[in-house]
Amino acid sequence: MFSRAYRTAITLPPMLWVVVFLLVPYALLFCYSFWSVSPAQTIAHSWTLDNYRELLRVNVYLQTLFRSMWIAARVMIFSLLLGYPLAYYLSFHAGKRKDLFYQLVIIPLWVSYLVRAYAWKTILGSDGVLNTLLQYLHLTKHPLEFLLYSPFAVVLTLTHIYTPFAVLPIYAALEHIPRNLVEASHDLGAPPLQTFWRVILPLSIPGVLAGATFAFVLSLGDFLAPLLLGGPSGIMISNIVVSLFGAAYNWPLGAAISLCMLFLVVGLLFLSESVEKKWSFR
Amino acid sequence: MATTTEPAIARSAKPGTEPLLTIRNVAKSFGKNPVLRDISLEIAEGEFLTILGESGSGKTTLLRIIAGFESANSGEILMEGERLDLLPPYRRRVNTVFQHYALFPHLTVEENVGYGLRVAKASKDEIATRVSEALAMVKMTAFASSKPAKISGGQQQRVALARALVNRPRLLLLDEPLSALDANLRRQMQVELKSLQREVGISFVFVTHDQEEAMVMSDRIALLRMGELEQVASPREIYSHPATAYTAQFIGHTNLLRGEIKAGIARCKSLSWRVGLPEGQALFSLRPENIRIVNSERAPDVNAVSFPGRIQHQAFHGATELLQIICDDQLALSVRTATRENWQGELRLEFLPSDAVLVRESPERG
Repeated sequence: MFSRAYRTAITLPPMLWVVVFLLVPYALLFCYSFWSVSPAQTIAHSWTLDNYRELLRVNVYLQTLFRSMWIAARVMIFSLLLGYPLAYYLSFHAGKRKDLFYQLVIIPLWVSYLVRAYAWKTILGSDGVLNTLLQYLHLTKHPLEFLLYSPFAVVLTLTHIYTPFAVLPIYAALEHIPRNLVEASHDLGAPPLQTFWRVILPLSIPGVLAGATFAFVLSLGDFLAPLLLGGPSGIMISNIVVSLFGAAYNWPLGAAISLCMLFLVVGLLFLSESVEKKWSFR
Repeated sequence: MATTTEPAIARSAKPGTEPLLTIRNVAKSFGKNPVLRDISLEIAEGEFLTILGESGSGKTTLLRIIAGFESANSGEILMEGERLDLLPPYRRRVNTVFQHYALFPHLTVEENVGYGLRVAKASKDEIATRVSEALAMVKMTAFASSKPAKISGGQQQRVALARALVNRPRLLLLDEPLSALDANLRRQMQVELKSLQREVGISFVFVTHDQEEAMVMSDRIALLRMGELEQVASPREIYSHPATAYTAQFIGHTNLLRGEIKAGIARCKSLSWRVGLPEGQALFSLRPENIRIVNSERAPDVNAVSFPGRIQHQAFHGATELLQIICDDQLALSVRTATRENWQGELRLEFLPSDAVLVRESPERG
């Protein structure tokens, strides 16, 4: 059908892209995770499993990983709790304002992540907007310390940042529900609430899963929010990786942790995809 | 001698009996665009009523108002004397078969059919019995545990029907339910649907744009044109005595003859016949099958209007043929005949004055 030259011409760029930006980095990461740092602070290119042993032996790595997962899980839950009603309103009740509201959900994504994280810093700090307001209203006498530099601050910021990522797939799933199914449910005697539980929610599950996966995976790998707002108790696994690749100069251990994270995330994506498939009917 | 003086619009089915559903002066517009104007209609217990109309005539809107998915701007709807239009759709004892079936894709055939009963909190045993009865009725028992995506359009159609009928509604609304089926299956379903309706005895309101379908299935046809009822009558009545030019043309083929009545004689171009009608301008509908070709084997009818004609065109339709005739170089007529031979040149034709039905002009709307 198409000439050989044409096929080569259109296949080459994506292949190059995959090789240069994906395969080579992953291969390097893989190799580094089996190498070690010599006492002379150079990378020794001899194969060893020490990095993985280290990872299991030193408690702080696994603890931080579990804390990261717990933070990501909370972000996921709050994003869904905020995102679902927003998506539902947008899809079913926004009417003419649908496009406007949709844009309002999107616009924060155009603003730099760093700016939004800093904004929360100025809101949550000891002299921040929230503490000043609470004291002005005489609700508190002293600034609330737990607001900033805590897992709370990290969860709050990440929820704010990743909620749009949960809204969009849920919104898309709700938009795909044929409206005559809602009418059919009413027609068969189901009031709005029952129609939601029996028809709308089950049919939007694929979107909920996609949104949950986005929120969880993106939060799990986040390092800026814990860096800026987390404090010592809000450290996440990516912060450790960053320091291992930086000041600590232990690329092999950093690579081993990264690879574990990668497998965790890929596993999660497969899981969510297979559940999603079960819930799609067309 | 010609035409009829019967009331053209018979809005109530059986005089004297309480109608099941009464639609009274219902009007609806979307924005500034009027869709329905002053619709009044009654539906009797056990009746098969078809709302027939072209796309944009308002037929689906009328159905949606009865179901409760739209609300009328004015007028009221009563079911057995009680206001129906004030209830939300989930409180009406009306069920709908949707145009594209609207089966729940995440539920099996069985679960779809049992949906209404589960919502109504019927007991497990009752749900099981009634669902299997309903599936047997539409011959879908074998597919009870299939998902809708796995069955054909015709089968989805049957499931949609079972899902509605299992709730034993007082009234079943059907929104062009056969439009997505191919011609053969469609004809088969027309017959099945009609006999099913007889069997269950539930009133059906059937919406279609297909006049043939309407004729085959209905007890009465309500013809809707641009948001107003043109005529409501039985298929035979509406066919043989169309009230308006639009009805005559929309339901079957017809020849419209525009002429004048003077001193008991109707005149249209070179044709003339006796009528017992008042003087003035007149419009007659003359069905193509009511014009006969006179030949040596068939003696001319003494009461008939006889005239010469020349064949312009002959179209073969299987059981019948449609001839285009020109009479005295000025009047074009369609003639339907059963005979299968090649007609040539000049012919002698005739029709009975009683077959030329006086119709009203259809007023301009919009």
